Amino acid sequence: MQTASSPPIHDIAVQASRLTRKFGDLTAVDQVTLTINQGEIFGLIGPNGAGKSTLIRMLTTLLPPTSGSATVAGYDIVSQPAEVRRHIAYVPQLLSADSALTGYENMLLSARLYGVPRRERAERITRALARMGLSDVAHHPAGHYSGGMIRRLEIAHSLLHRPTVLFLDEPTVGLDPGARETVWEHVLDLRDRFHRTMIVTSHHMDEIDEFCDRIALIDRGRIAAVGTASELKARVGPDATLDDVFIRLVAATSETESEGGYGEVRRARRAAREHS
Amino acid sequence: MAKSGEHAGQPVSTVDRSVGRALGDYATQTFAVAAAEVQKLHHDPLELLTRAVQPVLWLMLFGEVMARVRGVAPGNIPYLDFLAAGILAQSALFVAIFYGISAIWERDLGVLQRYLVSPAPRSALVLGKALSAGVRALSQAMIVYALALLLGVGIDLHPLNILGVAVAIVLGSALFSTLSLIIACIVKTRERFMGIGQVLTMPIFFASNAIYPLSLMPAWLRVVSHVNPLTYEVDALRALMLTNGVSDYGLLLDFGVLSAATVVLTLIAARMYGRMGY
Repeated sequence: MQTASSPPIHDIAVQASRLTRKFGDLTAVDQVTLTINQGEIFGLIGPNGAGKSTLIRMLTTLLPPTSGSATVAGYDIVSQPAEVRRHIAYVPQLLSADSALTGYENMLLSARLYGVPRRERAERITRALARMGLSDVAHHPAGHYSGGMIRRLEIAHSLLHRPTVLFLDEPTVGLDPGARETVWEHVLDLRDRFHRTMIVTSHHMDEIDEFCDRIALIDRGRIAAVGTASELKARVGPDATLDDVFIRLVAATSETESEGGYGEVRRARRAAREHS
Repeated sequence: MAKSGEHAGQPVSTVDRSVGRALGDYATQTFAVAAAEVQKLHHDPLELLTRAVQPVLWLMLFGEVMARVRGVAPGNIPYLDFLAAGILAQSALFVAIFYGISAIWERDLGVLQRYLVSPAPRSALVLGKALSAGVRALSQAMIVYALALLLGVGIDLHPLNILGVAVAIVLGSALFSTLSLIIACIVKTRERFMGIGQVLTMPIFFASNAIYPLSLMPAWLRVVSHVNPLTYEVDALRALMLTNGVSDYGLLLDFGVLSAATVVLTLIAARMYGRMGY
């Protein structure tokens, strides 16, 4: 998986072509063309308000594109949204677990929504919770979980219906280093064991550098650079870190915050607060 | 990455089976949303008691005073009996009309996005939410029933009557909670919703037969009340709940209006619910 040299066509998990989303005058995602291979852990980085979340919301069919097209798991996001949803999992930046339900009840809700056959529900839920190390707290309210446990519960959801592509929007935001490490261990394990494709956003350049096979840097709705971590670093200089790449390749003009900035910062802060 | 997806393995001839399966999935998805609500109530039963305060106040303060005014309730029905059915409808209405708030809350939290990325059809999610409101309203109804019995209201406890009341309450709650969901989809913030929710409950409640008969109203208000679904819900409740209750419009029309309005609102809400994730 180190090298991503022109894979065969059936190994493509996500194919976006000139994908664009406008909100009034603001172009949040601007003609993004992108190919993500099956089994890849693909990192999306970029400043707040750059369009990462908007791009993910389009690929997960939550938001229709203004123009352009994309396929996810082989299905068109505009004409086959139900099929796309059947084959993906999405862990949003916000907390998606219902804090008033127990971990098990949260999982049961998902299992029913995803059409897991009744006979298999209990077994799949128990196994997924065990794999994420949540067996002991399965019957505690999710509202009592720590941030790291909630994230693991949300990832456990995505084990129920065996999706081919997982979208993780800032899975480690607001987590302490130990909990971040655990989340990543589980992400890697899922990929290695089941050959799932993971699309991950993060502001922690160190973890993106360490865990992602390829990375796209998004700036003001456009892809500023794509490649492996070492390819991106080589573009900047011999001893560059991914932080340097980020700072150098993100145009200085983005100091003037784009309009999406405030909302995204507010959401990220709230998510961080609720995780802690 | 088979394009044909997970149904590829099924024999093509069993169309009936796949239709049956799709219906089964739809029912399961609807049920899943409502079941989660039951679990939440189970975890926090105190919430129900706090909501019981308002119907108690209406029956014991408003009801006791108004009972002294002659000629409000029609025929030989004591006013408190007349009012009890109206307050039952009201308590269900108040639960339902603020249901949109929880939808906005779920949107801000991220729970909504989780519903929306699931393969469940939007209409199944909306119906599930509507049923959830019905479940909540039913638990309210039990409290109002207990209170009404204590106050000596002549309540018909025949199982079929109780079943009829339950159906009317679930339908009425589904109707108004879906209306509430549509408003939530439009206004999108809790602050705006609070204002609109208050503004809505007043006319829905007062421009109906909940606390006085339509015959006391000026002509224009009577027209408004006749197109208000709450009037038909109260009419059905009065007929089914009280030992000497009668329906002014007939139960067929009552349930017909409630069902038709629920179907129309569900179809509208299903189109709008997905956009809440934007």
